[in-house]
Amino acid sequence: MADKKIKIIVAKPGLDGHDRGAKLLSRIFAEAGMEVVYTGLRQTPEMIVEAALQEDADVIGLSSLSGVHNHFFPKVMELLKEKKLDDVLVVGGGIIPLEDIPGLKEVGISEIFGPGTPTPTIVDYITNNVRS
Amino acid sequence: MIDKKELEQVKKGKANWEAGTLGKTLSKQGERREVFTSISGIPIERLYTPEDVKDLDYGKEISFPGEYPYTRGVQPTMYRGRFWTMRQYAGFGSAKDTNARYRYLLEQGQTGLSVAFHLPTQAGYDSDHPLSMGEVGKVGAAIDSIDDMRVLFDQIPLDKVTTSMTINAAATVLLAMYLSLAEEQGVPFDKIGGTIQNDVLKEIICRGQYIFPPKPTMRLTTDLITYCQKNVPRWNSISVSGYHIRESGSTASQEMAFTIADGIAYVQACIDAGMDVDDFAPRLSFFFNVFTNVCEEVAKFRAGRRYWAKVMKERFGAKNPASQMMRYHVQTGGVTLTYQQVLNNIVRVGLQTYAAVVGGCQSLHTDSYDEALCLPTQGAVLVALRTQQMVAEESGACDTIDPFAGSYYVEALTDQIEAEIDQYIKKIDEMGGTLVAIDEGYIQKEIQNSAYIFQKEIESGERAYVGVNKYIMEEPPATGLLKVDMALGEIEAAKLKKLRAERDNAAWQKALDNLREVSKTDENVMPAVIEAVKAKATVGEVCDVWRELFGEYRPKEFV
Repeated sequence: MADKKIKIIVAKPGLDGHDRGAKLLSRIFAEAGMEVVYTGLRQTPEMIVEAALQEDADVIGLSSLSGVHNHFFPKVMELLKEKKLDDVLVVGGGIIPLEDIPGLKEVGISEIFGPGTPTPTIVDYITNNVRS
Repeated sequence: MIDKKELEQVKKGKANWEAGTLGKTLSKQGERREVFTSISGIPIERLYTPEDVKDLDYGKEISFPGEYPYTRGVQPTMYRGRFWTMRQYAGFGSAKDTNARYRYLLEQGQTGLSVAFHLPTQAGYDSDHPLSMGEVGKVGAAIDSIDDMRVLFDQIPLDKVTTSMTINAAATVLLAMYLSLAEEQGVPFDKIGGTIQNDVLKEIICRGQYIFPPKPTMRLTTDLITYCQKNVPRWNSISVSGYHIRESGSTASQEMAFTIADGIAYVQACIDAGMDVDDFAPRLSFFFNVFTNVCEEVAKFRAGRRYWAKVMKERFGAKNPASQMMRYHVQTGGVTLTYQQVLNNIVRVGLQTYAAVVGGCQSLHTDSYDEALCLPTQGAVLVALRTQQMVAEESGACDTIDPFAGSYYVEALTDQIEAEIDQYIKKIDEMGGTLVAIDEGYIQKEIQNSAYIFQKEIESGERAYVGVNKYIMEEPPATGLLKVDMALGEIEAAKLKKLRAERDNAAWQKALDNLREVSKTDENVMPAVIEAVKAKATVGEVCDVWRELFGEYRPKEFV
């Protein structure tokens, strides 16, 4: 593992433009030695999964602040399964009520990081749980 | 300016105090930290004295309320005359749901309306567009056509309230709907008042709700400003916005500096379009954020007013005093609210409200404490509105004008923030102007860097954040959150299907064809947009005409 960089896709699904968190984490992941691809705004689940496929990504980090996580996150998981990208670790973050987290985990999102999570916690989680 | 002799005494007195009284205490016990800084990272001295404001010229730099350079406020009586407009930003679900929230807020003493449109409307898509899936009614009201707009303002007389609309790339379309509605209500255009955000530069910088490339967007922006100047005289035709710049991570000085840089770009664009500065500048307005550090925010507002007045007078040669006044709406800092110990946000909003008022705002939105979790519930909105009412009626902040003026600290900080604004404006001018600075990612990178520094300070514990990195505790998950029905997308899609089947499609086609032709020329698009929305063209259909002509904006990402 030591010689191979973790490759992470940071993506914002939907129409929301609040990308402070996504951009901040992109920088933090890069500083932690990961290879980061930030997709930019207005990504459909298809675009995100296609990026993961093209880039041969180990991890997808999804960001949502506008209450659309219950729509978009399961859709991403569905498409990953379809494309047989079962070994990609998917994590999410943003404004996601605690009561929604069990449902998101059920469809295969590994972890959800709420507002105020220290960034080293996220980096450590990814480093310890990446599957390839 | 302070007398030289007096200043000498202060200097001597301070040296004595440092060697004596202070020295004794410091030798026994140090201070809490080596260096103190504001939320924005401005270093703060232990003590401010007349020495720190010794170069301040009262007549030139501070002056009187309602007089140039407006440091002490834009109106001669400020809140002794009347309070600011209490204008809560609201919208969710359908036009009908939002109308009910508006009527509730007006009953509770709110004095103006502020429309939150859902993201598809902001991005110029109809509710049934594939990209709208999952987004319908989520963070604003679902408005597709003039029929929705009619429901949104049902039983709300447009000549009695003023309305603010948070819409940018699609601003012309939504204003056209509002104007058509006023006409239906029999209210003449010169009797309606309000503000439309219409600021797409900050969308490109940080908020992401752009549609078209900057050049055609600037044309739509100036068309709206020109149209309002001639036809809707009480309408604020742009609200140059720093709010989102701050939310994205900027410091207080950067928020003010980059907003002023955008303002300069719009004024120049209007002048380039052939207008005289004094014809449109009185109707320019601004929109700012306010954080919890009260003195820094008060200084920011005072510095911004002063700098803008100088820009308008010296750079653009504006002669009308109204052209030199920075009038603005404030919203408390959404990003400062914590998900942890959510009730603490009530206090944060209270302090921010006080800062906004002492800073001299013209209208104010206070965030609801539960916005860190979801859309605000009705109970939380009520506390937020009551917070404004308490600051207005109980705090005493409104009884005298600009009460923090003359504070050695606030005056020194006002000067310092003004100097930082000036440095940024000079740097942006050197780069070739705001559009170049945005295109090169300079502004975006400055903001992102500040966000990074702030995050590091929180994580290292260098900056305390109650409930987040200090006084942490375990909490049960919040309950009773407001959720928008996922089925709303289908309901809105069915409404659109019916609208398209029932409207006069010949008239609709003719209006859209006309809009396309007008858009190809230099002619003002507003009359054609008004005709189109009256013929029941939807937001998506109008924007599609322009997508075809102008193309879509794809930003470079600067991460």
